[in-house]
Amino acid sequence: MKMETRPSIRAIEEEIVEEFALFDDWESKYEYIIDMGRQLASLDTSYKTDAHRIHGCQSTVWVASEYLDGRMQFHADADAMIVKGLVSMLIRVLSGQTPDDILNTELEFIDRIGMTSHLAQTRSNGLRAMVRQMKLDTAAWKLKQQNP
Amino acid sequence: MASEENHNTFDVRRIRADFPILQRTVKGKPLVYLDNAATTQKPTAVIDALTAYYTGCNANIHRGIHTLADEATAAFEATREAARRFIGAASTEEIIFTRGTTESINLVAASWGREHIREGDEIILSTLEHHSNIVPWQMVAEERGARIRVVPVDEDGAFQYEAFLKLLSTRTRIVSIVHVSNALGVVQPIEDIIRAAHGVGAQVLVDGAQSAVHLDIDVQRLDCDFFACAAHKIYGPTGVGILYAKHSILSTMAPYQGGGEMIREVRFTGTTYNDPPFRFEAGTPNIADVVAFRAAIEYVEAIGKPVIRAHEEALLAQVSERVLKIPGVRILGDIPGRIGVLSFTVDGVHPQDIGILLDNQGVAVRTGHHCTQPLMHRFGIAGTTRASLALYNTSEEMDFFATSLEKVVRMLS
Repeated sequence: MKMETRPSIRAIEEEIVEEFALFDDWESKYEYIIDMGRQLASLDTSYKTDAHRIHGCQSTVWVASEYLDGRMQFHADADAMIVKGLVSMLIRVLSGQTPDDILNTELEFIDRIGMTSHLAQTRSNGLRAMVRQMKLDTAAWKLKQQNP
Repeated sequence: MASEENHNTFDVRRIRADFPILQRTVKGKPLVYLDNAATTQKPTAVIDALTAYYTGCNANIHRGIHTLADEATAAFEATREAARRFIGAASTEEIIFTRGTTESINLVAASWGREHIREGDEIILSTLEHHSNIVPWQMVAEERGARIRVVPVDEDGAFQYEAFLKLLSTRTRIVSIVHVSNALGVVQPIEDIIRAAHGVGAQVLVDGAQSAVHLDIDVQRLDCDFFACAAHKIYGPTGVGILYAKHSILSTMAPYQGGGEMIREVRFTGTTYNDPPFRFEAGTPNIADVVAFRAAIEYVEAIGKPVIRAHEEALLAQVSERVLKIPGVRILGDIPGRIGVLSFTVDGVHPQDIGILLDNQGVAVRTGHHCTQPLMHRFGIAGTTRASLALYNTSEEMDFFATSLEKVVRMLS
């Protein structure tokens, strides 16, 4: 197994929080999120199926995952730009982490960058639903490794 | 012109002072509330009426022998009389209090529908309908083996009257149509629809959720069989709706729910039911909100709907003109007579992004399918951004909204 050293979930969260601390108005903060959304590689259409779809009231989000060399890799897409930017941050934090780290860490950066209102929506397109889906995928891959 | 004079004397600053919530800020900016088709804000008169009811005369109604019960009953029934006047019903016996427009429609579908809709019968709806005027009919149609026929709309969202006439037949049992579309603001030719439906012996339900606040309603002149609307879209409290039905229909209509209040005599060998409207009001109703609803009706009556409408029309024309100049904007339902609603899409931009970025500027709009998925499907879109107006909105707010939207579109394109 290839064990490259990569920053932990907490370290990446800290990076994001520091980046957002630089913005002193809502516009630059959202422009940054929109920009991250634009830069996220779009998901191959073969993954844009109901199986990968996180059902929401307004925007549609797709999340796909794979397990490579002991680490999770996530890919996602969304039809709305702000949500796409938010999910790209989740990928930045969680992709490349081990299943155990992903399952054992409660994400903090969402609250700390003041995006809770979008993430805590009871509507299932809140990021909370995306985090839950990524953790469920992780647990499923982990189980598969343990019981091949 | 009388209406212009009225419009000139309409002092929106004084109106705004009646709505305490309009003083608040959102994310550090003054609130610009443009989600009035979802629910309107409440004037002090309504808020005070709620407080006064609980402070001064709270009691259960109709059954009590004591003073408080008498006073509460009188206040509750005074709203029934105000509601009767508000929609032009012949008698208070034709006014049933429900939880809202949705429950009003469900009541008709469940009670009248189950009794009168049989296998092979047809129910006519339109593409414009809110889900609450679709699903209750689907439920009864499925149960009874009836069929739902849908009147299409054209590219502009206009109700296709000729197509409607072709759908009408002796199989048609009921025509249930939205008076003013919540998603687009377009107004249906409801008088013609009612006349034509009666011509084949069908009943007509008018979904007045959006129309009751903007248009003078006279159910006797309309000759509709049912009319449904909700207090919270008429500056009144949430949790109160009106169902109007002709007395001749109500007098033979089966109850909706069973319980207290709706009975005459209960024996284990059999129960007899109370007369309308009480037959349809099982259990303790939402007394306080019904009582406070009267204050909302009187508030609107004191200003006058034609004056309010002239104000809102001027605002809608102003904001539509500016918004149309923004690149990529397309207004849906852009036909004459549109009421209170600016519903639009922006090429390549998701409505949710627009909603979030407007909220950051203090502007409250609604984005999404507006509970009219078949209509969105007709236009091949996932949703729109909808700004909807009320009597307290101002010309400055229209400009601020348009400027905020310009900024949003710049950020997203």
